[in-house]
Amino acid sequence: MKPVLELRNLSKQYKLGAHRVVAHDNFRELLVRTATAPFRPFIGRHQPPVKEQPYIFWALKDISFDIAQGDVIGIIGRNGAGKSTLLKILSRITSPTEGRVTMRGRLASLLEVGTGFHPELTGRENIFLNGAILGMRRSEIARHFDEIVAFAEVEKFLDTPVKHYSSGMYVRLAFAVAAHLDPEILIVDEVLAVGDVSFQKKCLGKMGEVSRGGRTVLFVSHNMAAIENLCSRGIVLNRGSLCFDGGAKQAIQYYLNSLSTVSGTGHIIELEGVGDRRSIVGRLLRRMEFFTDDEQPLNEGLAIGSQLKVRVHFDLPHLTSVFNVGLGFNNTYGQRIFTAHSLFEPNHWEKERSGRQIVSCEIPSFTLMPGEYTVKVWLDFKSTEADSIEDAAKIRVLESDFYGTGRVPWNGLLVLKHRWYLEQAANTG
Amino acid sequence: MSSFELTIGPRKGWQAFDFKEALLYRELLAFLIWRDIKIRYRQTLLGGLWAILQPLIGMLIFWFVFHRMAHVQSDGPPYTLFAYAGLAPWTFFATSVTLSSNSLLANQQLVSKVYFPRIFIPLGAIGALLVDLFFSLLLLAVLLLYYHWPITAAIGWLPVFTLGAVLAAAGSGFILSAMNVSFRDIKYAVPFMVQMGLFVTPVIYPASYLPKRLQILLSINPMAGVVVGFRHALLGSPASWSIMGSSLAISVFLFVSGLFIFRRMENRFADII
Repeated sequence: MKPVLELRNLSKQYKLGAHRVVAHDNFRELLVRTATAPFRPFIGRHQPPVKEQPYIFWALKDISFDIAQGDVIGIIGRNGAGKSTLLKILSRITSPTEGRVTMRGRLASLLEVGTGFHPELTGRENIFLNGAILGMRRSEIARHFDEIVAFAEVEKFLDTPVKHYSSGMYVRLAFAVAAHLDPEILIVDEVLAVGDVSFQKKCLGKMGEVSRGGRTVLFVSHNMAAIENLCSRGIVLNRGSLCFDGGAKQAIQYYLNSLSTVSGTGHIIELEGVGDRRSIVGRLLRRMEFFTDDEQPLNEGLAIGSQLKVRVHFDLPHLTSVFNVGLGFNNTYGQRIFTAHSLFEPNHWEKERSGRQIVSCEIPSFTLMPGEYTVKVWLDFKSTEADSIEDAAKIRVLESDFYGTGRVPWNGLLVLKHRWYLEQAANTG
Repeated sequence: MSSFELTIGPRKGWQAFDFKEALLYRELLAFLIWRDIKIRYRQTLLGGLWAILQPLIGMLIFWFVFHRMAHVQSDGPPYTLFAYAGLAPWTFFATSVTLSSNSLLANQQLVSKVYFPRIFIPLGAIGALLVDLFFSLLLLAVLLLYYHWPITAAIGWLPVFTLGAVLAAAGSGFILSAMNVSFRDIKYAVPFMVQMGLFVTPVIYPASYLPKRLQILLSINPMAGVVVGFRHALLGSPASWSIMGSSLAISVFLFVSGLFIFRRMENRFADII
């Protein structure tokens, strides 16, 4: 049987800088250039303005693979690896610069929960509108209507405008509509990162149902557990190129290992050479260093509850006092568990400075549950991120006797010191 | 597995409008129109009454300023009727162009997150306004009764000129909304263009006010023929077939070129919006 999706040398190029900001997308310049075009040969000394060279960047480069019917594929990669671009091309939202895709079967994509929801419309109205936007026929929506409402648990609020919904209800309704799509190929982008945990479970259950039903599914997520659970095959993208294609488990392993390659050796992580970053005024972040109790370099892993000290080296290009540093800790599900930001520091620096700086962030007791966390680091000027690196480092938290009872903590995202008392019983014998 | 097969590749240059696909998605167009109707007057006190009030208030202002003070005459019927019959299609056109030219930006989320024929977005905005036009024509019927002004057989032409107005609005809407994605200047330019349009179109004054050599300007204005045509159909005002005919032809041309221009530019929408 022929594959349902055939991708051949798919590439997508974006030109940054040329659009929106300056250059030719300025209407005035376009008018001026059009109007002066016939006279340009005569105006020798008036050179056309020197334009900033557009920054050409390949979001996808030469991607080829086949997908057979019934494949459930997880697509993994860091932010900016090209996952979303790939899904957008397959969904026909944008077209590739080179290459082609042959598709056999009706495709529906869910790149965002609640696309096209209108706050002024009621739940009932939005179900129909959103369904139609996602490509369902009116009759299909009507047929699934009761199921959708039951799944979303919004029976009582069907005729209330969704602007009065809680964010949880909103997300539930939006996912419920999408979950009842009935295409041959389904594309899903990171939609499980929303909603509360119990609803996420419900969504995962629904996704599992869909994938077991012989449907072809492409699934992007930072939630490695979900990928491992749902997918049979995994594809890892890195900077627009396909770098791994195989079993889901192996793909996850490959991806997690690739994260540590940026981290350099031991507790010192050089950031200068990291290309995978968002920089506005150049590469300012230089280096990170990790320490645990007693200034011990953090090499192996951090025992739960012990101290974490992160030292960040960076450059300030000009004299300023309005700079801040942030550290974000994400779990393997891609969920932000904790953000440390220098703005939260009461004794904040006020003196203006420039040049190389070193700041340290001390977390006396790092109480996230055992597991792996990726660390995002960024530098703010005023309130804009001037330089930021997702997944700059990876730290491992190890089990330890946090409560001093010999019992290893289980279940939950973090541990907190707590006490239990037996109060005087009110009516004992 | 279905027999459905599709190839996605780079898209460049001019392409014809994909009617087959539009047909496939027709239900969505209906939904988008329905949505725009539903939300337009939500949380307003007067609701749908605004559809009637806009041309009505315009009529009273024009009657006072241009008829009473500046002594502009109609081409036969009472000036109020004359102004209203011109304002109804003009208001439709002006609002359509304003809303549709901004429609892609207003629906950014749809453009960057789902696929469907993008042309439905400006088209939906215009479709919803047809309902307003219908209501404002109902009020005109009331005014005709009030003035005891007879309806002639020319009323049969009304659908033709309504179509002319839709084509002109859609054509301009397609081009302006597509340009608005790259050049936000359009957002600021449209109100001026619409304002100017009111004066170069014989809405306030009869077409015969213009000297012969300027009449040619009317025939390249797609709305001039529509306004003259509406008055002919509704009030039995004298027809000017040269203006009406060439305006209609311009409307068709505008619509078709709008389809092509939109199709060419829509390719980049998701990347630059």
